[in-house]
This record gives sequence, C-alpha cells and structure tokens, in this order.
Amino acid sequence: MLAPVETQAAFDIDEFLAAERTKDLLRFTTAGSVDDGKSTLIGRLLYDSKNVYEDHLKAVAKSTVNRSAGALDLSLLTDGLRAEREQGITIDVAYRYFATPRRKFIIADTPGHEQYTRNMATGASTADLAIILIDARNGVQPQSRRHAYIAALLGTPRIAVAVNKMDLVDFRQDVFESIQAEFTSVLSRVGAHAAYFVPLSALTGDNVVNRSARMPWFDGPSLLEHLETVEAAPDVEYAPFRLPVQRVIRPHQDFRGFAGQIASGSVRPGSAITVWPSGRKTRVKSIESWEGPLTRAFAPMSVVLTLDDEVDISRGALLTAAGDLPNVSRTFEAHVVWMHEQPLDPAKPYLLKHTTGAMPARVVSIAHRVNIQTLENEPASTLAMNGIGLLQVETARPISFDSYRDNRVTGSAILIDPATNATAGALMISAIVDHHSGPVTQGERSARYGHRGGFVAIGERPHLAQLLERRLFNRGANAVIVSRRIPGLEQAGVLAIVTAQAGDAWPANDDAAVDAILKHLEHSGILISEHDLADGEGI
Amino acid sequence: MTSLSHLQRLEAESIHILREVASEFQRPVMLYSIGKDSSVMLRLAQKAFHPGPIPFPLLHVDTTYKFREMIEFRDTQATQLGLKLIVHRSRPAVEDGVNPFIVGTQRCCQLLKTGSLLEALAAGGYDAAMGGARRDEEKSRAKERIFSVRDSAGQWDPKNQRPELWNLFNSRLRPGESIRVFPLSNWTELDVWQYIHVERIPIVPLYFAKPRWMLVRGDSLLPVEQPFVPRLPGEEPRLVMCRMRSLGCSPCTGAIYSDADTLPKIIEEIVSFRRSERENRIIDHDQEGSMELKKREGYF
Ligand SMILES: Nc1nc2c(ncn2[C@@H]2O[C@H](COP(=O)(O)OP(=O)(O)O)[C@@H](O)[C@H]2O)c(=O)[nH]1
Repeated sequence: MLAPVETQAAFDIDEFLAAERTKDLLRFTTAGSVDDGKSTLIGRLLYDSKNVYEDHLKAVAKSTVNRSAGALDLSLLTDGLRAEREQGITIDVAYRYFATPRRKFIIADTPGHEQYTRNMATGASTADLAIILIDARNGVQPQSRRHAYIAALLGTPRIAVAVNKMDLVDFRQDVFESIQAEFTSVLSRVGAHAAYFVPLSALTGDNVVNRSARMPWFDGPSLLEHLETVEAAPDVEYAPFRLPVQRVIRPHQDFRGFAGQIASGSVRPGSAITVWPSGRKTRVKSIESWEGPLTRAFAPMSVVLTLDDEVDISRGALLTAAGDLPNVSRTFEAHVVWMHEQPLDPAKPYLLKHTTGAMPARVVSIAHRVNIQTLENEPASTLAMNGIGLLQVETARPISFDSYRDNRVTGSAILIDPATNATAGALMISAIVDHHSGPVTQGERSARYGHRGGFVAIGERPHLAQLLERRLFNRGANAVIVSRRIPGLEQAGVLAIVTAQAGDAWPANDDAAVDAILKHLEHSGILISEHDLADGEGI
Repeated sequence: MTSLSHLQRLEAESIHILREVASEFQRPVMLYSIGKDSSVMLRLAQKAFHPGPIPFPLLHVDTTYKFREMIEFRDTQATQLGLKLIVHRSRPAVEDGVNPFIVGTQRCCQLLKTGSLLEALAAGGYDAAMGGARRDEEKSRAKERIFSVRDSAGQWDPKNQRPELWNLFNSRLRPGESIRVFPLSNWTELDVWQYIHVERIPIVPLYFAKPRWMLVRGDSLLPVEQPFVPRLPGEEPRLVMCRMRSLGCSPCTGAIYSDADTLPKIIEEIVSFRRSERENRIIDHDQEGSMELKKREGYF
C-alpha cells in the first residue's frame, strides 16, 4: 500500500515551503582509496538520514552481486552502472542528492582506482567541501597525501577527514589521534585549508549520522552534524563583480540585453562596469528578469543586463566592476590535471575553453610535473593521464581572467584536443606570464617556429637542400643546411638539413622530394602541420 | 545579507545550461514530454531568454499511447505560449500490432520511443537535444553528464564520457555525433514539485488525484485507457481515487492510490513517500539495469 505514512499534526505547506526557503545547499565530494569504505559511508549517510526509498533498499537486499554476505551491503545503494557492477568496482563520478531538515546536499561520488586523480578533480571542481577517508588500520597512506593535494589544488574551500573502520581498531583514541596529528601536517604542507577530523565506522554507523557511544573520548559532532552546520563556501557575492557574457538577447531593435550567470560580486542599475577584452567603460542601465526589473543582482544569479552605451559586446566578453580589473593576456601560467589517455604534447594545438569563449591555444612549456607520490616538482616534457603539472599557455587571442585562487569561474579553463574533441586538461590559472623574461623554453621556440628541434638527412643534393630550406624558411621555420648532425643545434630547437648523411630515398624529382620531406617531418611530429593551426571558432 | 535558496541556485544553474546550448549549437531542440519535468524545463527556457522568445523548437515524440489528457494539455500549452512545437507521430502503433502486451515492454519502448526519437532527431537534423531527465531518478542516470555525447547511431557509451568540470561544457562534436543535454540534472523530484508550486506552473491534470477507472492488481493500478489492456478472468475496472506520479504511455504507467488533489497535498505526499517515483513505471521492472540498456540504445 502506498498511502502516505502518517505525519505529525497537520502538514502546513506554507510553513514547509518557508522552512525550505531557509535551506541552503552544500556540495561535497568524497576521496579515498579503493576499499577505504566510501560507498559504504555514503550509503550509511543516506540510510541513517532516511533518504533511501524502500524499493531501492529491496533491490539492494535481493541484488545478485552482494559482495559481503550477511548484513545489508549499503555500498550497493550508490554503486552505479551495470558494467561496473559486474566488475565489482565503480569507475566514474556519480552524483547523489539528499536532504535533512537543515540542508540540501549534492554529493559528487568519486570512487578510487587508478584514474582517481582525474575523477577526484572533476568532483572537487564544483565542491564546497571534500571528505577524505583514511582507513584507521592503515593510517596516512601516500594516496591520502594525494587526496589532500588535489583538494588543495582544486581550491575546495573545506575539508573533512573521516578516519573510517574504527571498529577494526577497537575504537581506540590513540589510533585516531596519531592519524590526526600526521595528516594535519600533510594538509598544511600542501596548502590545504584546515580540516575537521572525525573517527567513525561506516559499517556500524558510529559517528556517521548518530554520535557514537563507543567513542566517548570524542566529543565533536558526527560527520552529518558537521556537514549540516559547517558554513557553506563563503559566498562569492562580496568578491569583485564578474559576468561572462553567454548571449546577446535582442528581441527587437530597441532592446539589447547581455545574458550570463554572475560569477562573483553584485551589480545594480547605475553600476560602473568595464567590458573586456576591449576595456570600454559603461554603466548598467537595467537588470532584466522574467519576474521584472531587479534593483540588485548577485552571484550566482543568471540575469540579463542592459547597458547605457551602445558597446559592441558578444559571447565570450567579460563584464567586470570598473574599479577591479581582471588580467588580460595571451599568455599565462596554470596548473593542469591531465585527463586524457593521450599524453599532453606541447607541439600539438589545443582549444581552450574559458568562461564562455573558446579559441586555439598551445602549451608553451611545462614548468614542472608534480610527482604525486612525493609531491615534489620534477622536470617533464609531457604529462600522462592523471598527471599534474604547471604549464605556460598561449592563446590565439587575449583572455580576461582572475587567478583561480581568487575566482573559480574566471580562473578555470579546459583544454580540448581538436583531433578527438576530448576534454584533455583541466586548468587552474595562477598568473600572467611575462613573456620577455626568463630563459627561452623549448615550448616557446616550437610555438614561434612551428617545429621542434630535429634533422632530416637528404644526401648530397645541393639544389634540394636549398629548395627545402627556402620552403621551411618561408613558413617561419628555423632551418639550416649542415653537412653533418650537430646535436647541440637540434637541442636548441633548430631544424637541421643534413647533407653528408645519405637519407631515406627521397623522390629523384626535387619538388616532389620537398613535398615528401615536409610530409615526413609532419608525420614524425617535428613539423607542426599548418592545418592544425586552423582557427577553432564555433566550438 | 542576501543569498540564494536551493531552488534559486538550481534555477540559475539550469538557465546557464540552456543559454550555453542555445549559443553553442546550430540546431538545438528541446524534448517536450508533457510531464512535470518538461513543464519545469519549459518555464526555465522562457526565463532564460526573456524578454526574447525561446530560440529553439520543442519536439514531442508521440508514441500514440499517451494519455488523451496529455495531448490536450500539450496543444493548449503550445497555443497559449506561442511555442514552436513539432510533434513526431509515428503511424498508429495499434495498426502494426505493437503494444507492450504483445511484444513486451522493452521491445515496445525500443520500437515506439527510442526508435521514433532517433528518427525524429535525424529528420530535424538536430545536433543537440535537451531532455528533462534528472540524476536522482534512477541509478544509471547518476553518472550521466549534463552534456552527454551520443555517437552517430544515437548511442551512449557510459565508459567513454567526457569529464565535466566547473560549469565549462565541451560541446565539440564530430560529424554525425549529437549531444543530449540535461538542464535539470541536479534537481530532485521534490525540487521539481516545489518549483511548480512556487512558480505556479501549469501541469497535466493526471497528476492530481480524482476517481479514475483502473484495473487493480495487488499494489498496482493499471489505467484502462487503451482497449487492448488484457483483463484477468472476471476482472473489471474499478473507480479508484488515484493519481499519476510520473507520466509515460498509458499502458505502462501505474497510478498510485492518493487523494492529493492540490499541489500542497502532492508535496506533502512526496515528502512522506518512502518509494521512488519510477517504481510505478512498469517499464523499468523488466530486468535489473534495464534503464541503462535502454540508454545505451539511445533512449533518453
Ligand atoms: N569493519 C568495517 N568494514 C568496513 C567499514 N566501512 C567499509 N567497510 C568494508 O570495507 C569494504 C570496502 O568498502 P566499500 O564501501 O565498498 O569501499 P570503497 O571502495 O571505498 O567504496 C567492504 O567490504 C565494506 O563492508 C567500516 O567502517 N568497518
């Protein structure tokens, strides 16, 4: 029977809706290694806070893939897709929703496994808080340090550390405290925000929703109590005004409105603003909405602004407070999390999507890679999937940005591989790069010359050598004819045409040979194909 | 100090998504299924482009087994709001002898829903189709992206999804590929009802309780709108006070016992429910994980 369960007193919808209006939203993500108990913990949170439907429980109870016999396996409440379930692991980011009388929650559930960095970064990108799980038996693991590092990198404003499986260490205070002490220093080393530590057992429920009677030595709130009461991310409302323009709304000749979601700050009619990248100044005439004109709008509202002057503005422009300017540059430094199977290739063209604009971009150089085991920086010429590094990036046109630390919307970007359309990298912009100081990097050279250092052997064919040099020179290459290979030249980014060494058998006809050699150079990745440089508009 | 409520945040996020779709694709279309989620999505679209018109058409895939009240509601809405509505109606399925009792619910869905949806999308040359699906509806949806790429056969590969960070959506497509967009991804059933209430959004009367003729089978209430719904020996329809919790084709939509005949009463009912909304959609009960199978084939 599906009749509603009896409710206390008369249900007053207006009272209920009024209460709902005071509820805010907390987005959190979970981090932990395989088998630390993430799925069980989330299942427990949902179950003990009465957010699980009976039919879902029934399905879990009768599921054929129940892993632990006996008690209800709460981890199955959150386990996702069929293919993954068959393998007994979850492999991607899944979103869950639950509410308590105090707050609504969105969980980005990112199960741990080899692709973990990428998934955790995805989940953390929108999270206000990250829960890091540590298995009480194992203590702080290299993975725990990695999770702290990623949470700090993605700027997750808050961190809660759940020391799980306390039932397996007899609920001992000293175990919890030594983990707390060790991990506190890890967090400060990676520059993460201070964390809330809670000892719990996802399996038995101690300190998850209800406070544990078996750990009387711990007097802090349960994990859920903490989630319910922690101040949600400090609102971006008080930061400088930023609105990336999504679209021009023009129903008729007399109305031109600029639609977008406010990234930070607030505006009123009359506010002085500047339009980027042009730098034109104007004022807000009105704030339009379906409900009628507004006297004030703030982040993260989606609004339409009309302006005092006829300024030329299109999608991709950034409207900012007149006094508080963004950075505008074609080159900048950014941390990256590499997301794709194909490693980062500094010689390859990418597309950059930043706020509402997209344009061709290149990785000028990799300043360093972060060794995720030791968290030390090390030199690198590429980044593999799940790799983290610091890049210098150059875009085809200037972009208007803030540092990611200051603004998660105007400071973030993604790199797209135009060959596969894959989302290849997640960027957190840290600073403008001053192009004219510091040593010239390989990336800068290849960006300028359109090739990497290398050589091609053509044998004793002076006419071919000269034709080839001219063709390369005309397209901006730094090519020279030399009689034998000089390794130092190639390391300095020069393309050497070597005449002494007999090369592959190029066609006898010199023109045909030039074409064949150019093709060969493109193929081997030395020469960047001109076709690759095509503009990526219309993303 | 001012801050946005949960609902206002969801609204702002959905409007951002709708504007991205309208701006990044050549031929976007909004799937309009006439249900409560579509009604919310439609209101969000009105808000997103106000004071301009909605810059894309709406598409309804009519399996010919929808409730009569749904079709009436759809047509009134289209006229009143001046919507550009495209109805893709396959030839009456009854004539082909296709119904869930003959071919089975899965096959019926595949033929009438998934099949005609793909047909309609191809016919319109649409590169982006927005749907009202929510992640809280069903397990396999929990991992769905907001921008979800489909191959040239309209199929979904859950193993090969693009990571989605911040609010930066990758809308690049190869020829033949298309994208499904879910602006209501982060809404829950309760959010949808609250929003309908607060915004006074019109919905199909089938959601409100009233006495209706039903076949009563244990806990299930089966509408008798289509004449081919088979009766058990001696079974007669009974007049039952009930309503629909979610809407689909009439032969496969179970009603629930309810006397919730106003929005407040519906919200009260949802708050006290301990069962998921899809349970009454018979279609999902064929086999464990069946929603995921359908989605891989191209179902919304
Ligand atoms: N004893 C004990 N076992 C736990 C606890 N939490 C999880 N487990 C078990 O640890 C195993 C892995 O848990 P699971 O939630 O699937 O881990 P995940 O891989 O992080 O999602 C399962 O067998 C759980 O039953 C706990 O607090 N105590």
